[in-house]
Amino acid sequence: MPANLKRSRRFAFAASALVAVAALSACSSDSATDSDAAADNVKVVGGDASATAADRLNIADQWVKTADAKAGMTAIFGTITNTGDQDVVVESAKTSASDTTELHEMVMKGNEMIMQEKEGGFTVPAGGEHELAPGGDHLMVLNMTEPIEAGDEVTVRLTLGDGSTQEFTALAKETTAGEEKYDTEMDMGDSDEMGEMEDAAK
Amino acid sequence: MSQPPLSRRRLLLGGGATLAGGGLAGAAAGLALSGNDSPAVSQVVEEAKGSENVAFYGVHQPGIEDAAQAHVRFLALDLKPGSDVEHVRRLLRLLTDDAARMMRGEVPLAANDPELPALPSRLTVTFGFGPGLFDAIGRPDDCPDVIRNLPTFATDQLEDRWSGGDLLIQVCSDDAVPLSYALRRLTRDARSLATVRWCQSGFNPARGSEPAGTTHRNLFGQRDGTANPPGATTEFTDTVFSTGPDWLKGGSMLVFRRIRMDLDDWDDLGRPAKEMAMARKMSDGSPVTGGSEQDDPDTAAVDQNGFPIVAQEAHVVQATARVPEERMLRRAFSYDDGPSADGKPDCGLLFAAYQADAAKAFVAVQTRLAEADAMNEWITHIGSATFVVPPGCAEGEFIGQALVG
Repeated sequence: MPANLKRSRRFAFAASALVAVAALSACSSDSATDSDAAADNVKVVGGDASATAADRLNIADQWVKTADAKAGMTAIFGTITNTGDQDVVVESAKTSASDTTELHEMVMKGNEMIMQEKEGGFTVPAGGEHELAPGGDHLMVLNMTEPIEAGDEVTVRLTLGDGSTQEFTALAKETTAGEEKYDTEMDMGDSDEMGEMEDAAK
Repeated sequence: MSQPPLSRRRLLLGGGATLAGGGLAGAAAGLALSGNDSPAVSQVVEEAKGSENVAFYGVHQPGIEDAAQAHVRFLALDLKPGSDVEHVRRLLRLLTDDAARMMRGEVPLAANDPELPALPSRLTVTFGFGPGLFDAIGRPDDCPDVIRNLPTFATDQLEDRWSGGDLLIQVCSDDAVPLSYALRRLTRDARSLATVRWCQSGFNPARGSEPAGTTHRNLFGQRDGTANPPGATTEFTDTVFSTGPDWLKGGSMLVFRRIRMDLDDWDDLGRPAKEMAMARKMSDGSPVTGGSEQDDPDTAAVDQNGFPIVAQEAHVVQATARVPEERMLRRAFSYDDGPSADGKPDCGLLFAAYQADAAKAFVAVQTRLAEADAMNEWITHIGSATFVVPPGCAEGEFIGQALVG
């Protein structure tokens, strides 16, 4: 998939530019659980610091939904704010919870709300914000092998359109928010894989 | 009241006009007077206080130095069996984040009902660690002995259902609605890691019923807390906050007691007897030997027959600190969980004493009170729980981080 190739190249570029970033898998011991503190997290830049997209991006109220290992997937939410005068595109994400994280949106297909990868990533408008919320856009964590329990912290790194990256931690909260099923004919069980994926994303 | 309401309104009109002319500041944001002969002549527009909030982050935890709010709920949790340091860390991370957000008037993460916490009304959330928490994190020896083994007193009639706990959450607000929401959300986030041991609700006079700074009345009718150190003073800091070890610096110790009042007997007691038991007047809390509320009773004073006016067993005489280390902050609330089916009251005091060292303060004072306090006739301690109160934390940290890591 061309989109993925592009992302890989960008990520490789960004990674090569990083020197001072701790490994993603390492859990920061003094991790910020508060939104304001998280917004001040290390921003990784390749070039002029004041010019990167990461410098213009803040994350607030970020959290991750708890999930057991069997589910193998979950979703991350929060509000991304762009303080600059140019749009910023979030192109990809990586987390400490697994090797695979995708940018997802929820769309209506026929009578059904389904989850799919967001073409072109999330655009955070200049001077505006982009909300990741249950039932809407979110970061979809896949291939988890360990559970995420209430109070855990997941480190997230976003790679932006100019190759710069931003890292933050998300606190794990237990909730069934977004799991309403309005269609009474819908199968209430989560036995099939697609059902589980949708639940995790909501 | 002997005067009819109309007279009182007229009195208000006159007083209001005078005060407005004199430039009274404070009590009312606006004082509107309509026509002279209108019966509804006085209208006071009060400023809404719901949005007032207390800072969560700081050197000390909130809910200690802040003037006691109108409502409280004390919630004691027990860690689930098998809990270790990682479980405790997760629990404290969650609860700290919740507390900071709701005290700001915001929803916890993942909640979507912003109206409920929007008017915190001086909401505070305060955490205390019981002996079981120290055991769970593998640091049992760091729990002060007085917290693990508070002495029993001869007058105690403690019940398990009001006693103990691994983690205390004290939630206070001047408004019971945001308090209810905060306690519920905190409990919800705790329940994957802990169970509820007990929850006790209490109250003080409504905010604004008397001028700020007035000592609250308890359900005996007494002014309760007269001897408290004034906030923002060296005396307060020395009395309440610990100087070490490092993880406890700026923290405190909390002794929580549920004290039942025998109100039926007390009701029927003559006023002189009530005042002798306390050595203070019921009306204004001043000593029976004269002076103002802040004065100590004169234990040397004698009546016309040469007998001491103040009994040695008077509550104030026994409870007053005899050395500085015996001082404590009495942050008490009343409770009323009655009446019972047979019409008996179920009332008393949720006594929360904060002090730098409970071994030198609460234990010393309570030892004297258990031996000889005239008030023992009408009170019984039926619940007891002791906690280490960690210091406050900075943004990005959680309460107890220096201990739990």
